[in-house]
Amino acid sequence: MQRRNDIFVIGEHEFTSRFILGSGKYSLDLIQAAVQHAGAEIITLALRRANSESMGNILDYIPEGVTLLPNTSGARTAQEAVRIARLARELGCGNFIKIEVIRDSKYLLPNNQETIKATEILAKEGFVVMPYMYPDLNAARDLVSAGAAAVMPLGAPIGSNKGLCTKEFIQILIDEIELPVIVDAGIGKPSQACEAMEMGAAAVMANTAIATAGDIPAMAEAFKQAVEAGRTAYLSGMGRVISHGGEASSPLTGFLRD
Amino acid sequence: MPELEQDIIISEHRTGKRMDHMAYLPDMEVISSDLMEQVITKMNAYDYNIYTAADVEQALNQEILREQDFAALLSPAAEEYIEEMAQRARMETRKHFGNSVFMFTPLYISNYCENYCVYCGFNCHNRIHRAKLNQDEIRKEMNAIAATGLEEILLLTGESRKMSDVEYIGEACKIAKGYFKQVGLEVYPMNSGEYRYLHQCGADFITVFQETYHPDKYEMLHLAGHKRVFPYRFHAQERALLGGMRGVGFAALLGLADFRRDAFATGMHAWLLQRKYPHAEISFSCPRLRPIINNDKINPKDVRETQLLQIICAYRIFMPFASITISTRECQQFRDNIIKIAATKISAGVGVGVGGHDGTKKGDEQFEISDARSVEEVHQAIIRQGLMPVMSEYIYTG
Repeated sequence: MQRRNDIFVIGEHEFTSRFILGSGKYSLDLIQAAVQHAGAEIITLALRRANSESMGNILDYIPEGVTLLPNTSGARTAQEAVRIARLARELGCGNFIKIEVIRDSKYLLPNNQETIKATEILAKEGFVVMPYMYPDLNAARDLVSAGAAAVMPLGAPIGSNKGLCTKEFIQILIDEIELPVIVDAGIGKPSQACEAMEMGAAAVMANTAIATAGDIPAMAEAFKQAVEAGRTAYLSGMGRVISHGGEASSPLTGFLRD
Repeated sequence: MPELEQDIIISEHRTGKRMDHMAYLPDMEVISSDLMEQVITKMNAYDYNIYTAADVEQALNQEILREQDFAALLSPAAEEYIEEMAQRARMETRKHFGNSVFMFTPLYISNYCENYCVYCGFNCHNRIHRAKLNQDEIRKEMNAIAATGLEEILLLTGESRKMSDVEYIGEACKIAKGYFKQVGLEVYPMNSGEYRYLHQCGADFITVFQETYHPDKYEMLHLAGHKRVFPYRFHAQERALLGGMRGVGFAALLGLADFRRDAFATGMHAWLLQRKYPHAEISFSCPRLRPIINNDKINPKDVRETQLLQIICAYRIFMPFASITISTRECQQFRDNIIKIAATKISAGVGVGVGGHDGTKKGDEQFEISDARSVEEVHQAIIRQGLMPVMSEYIYTG
């Protein structure tokens, strides 16, 4: 259908790829191949990793022309996230910021309340704010009011590769929130990325699933295809699902007089 | 009045300089909202003849309907699918409301009106018996209604700020609070501060019929009075929510104008407002035109029962969580069937004149009703359909 002109807009920035690649957990020399095979135009990076000077800086391994999406991982409060975001801008990482505020070291679940506070402050400072969140409708609405450019609900605990455990709640966000909904965290297989896109997610982000694959470039490519397939299916309008075994209903409209 | 006389009055209004129906009058609160522009733009773009059977099937196959699906369900193509729509609507209704059917009754406390709406029995040029209940009479009426077991009341007035001012309505709400758990209002549109006052007096639900969403048609039907101001009426529900009301009701009076586009606009109005105020409770009414005193020729024109059912089902499938009220404008058979499918609220023991519940009617009716059954009769009818009559499930929390 409208596939040809299907532009993915965040803030005032336009992209054609709807697959966002994470850059953690790789050998640095494989990042470039992963980006290329994934066709990714946005790559996230933990600022705390870009801070390293002794081991080779990750920034040197990211191809030209790719939009950097620095994240605030390591932040435990809104204030810490704000500080990390400002530092990212000073280091030349641009205006995009993915907020991650995690006050739970076991499951690494995001804290929505602190995330909302940080979003409000950073949006006012001109950042394109993309908050990582637990898929809660009320929190998502607060993020919209706070000035977020997208919301990034988790599909499952980060790194778990468990897929769309929160599917029902992500669907609610897709249906109710005007901003792009980017499914982040927990996507373990291309089929899960495809499913998220079929549901109407604006984009999918994955990291561990590719970084831990046997053949990283090949898996990056598989994700690229899955995301495209899901998007095309969504735009085409899903076909009819016939439910079997349902009981025949007696007619309801026999009473009409005309 | 004879039709000729009516025509003369209309023609006087038509030739005289009528006020601009799109301009606010002094004292009318203007709120910051683009909802009206959005709804009218969408309505103007809605060409229901382009929808095909495939569009309708696709709409019925969506778990959550999009705007274009709602549009398809209101199209002529969807009439062929009326049975499928009814089945889907029933499923959604039972999913969201279980077997509950809520009962209420309207109470008209005044029928004075300053507007000239050509289709309405209360219009200021129609020679009818005018009346207004005093506080004692309101108490007597409510006492009689409460004795039937009802716990929800809808207070109505004609639209006259002079004869039924905000304070008068507020006193009626305070009295109603003593007899009923839930108090709703269907009165003239007002400012958010006035809605806040009435909320404090005990009302929590505001219904305003836009009548028609076509501004030009609206202009031709509402020849004089405050009601003529289209945008002030349009934004009434939003002002009510700003004033702290829990829920708001919407309706187009079907038969006045192009009913498909009016129904589409009504749905989009409610949908957009709910999206802007996610906590708001939404309800739809689905009134068709009825004969009035001094004009028995008024009828719902091309909105036959099939079309009415189509509209009600489209509302239900598009906004499955919304309350849908079925009026005594419809006959017993239609009402008993529609509560099985989509309506979740039904009036009973209805009079649409002023007073009358305690024995004596004081003022004339707004329109002719088609179902005069008592509360007990409607209660029994609900049970016969395998459904559960519910008097109230509401707590006023201030």
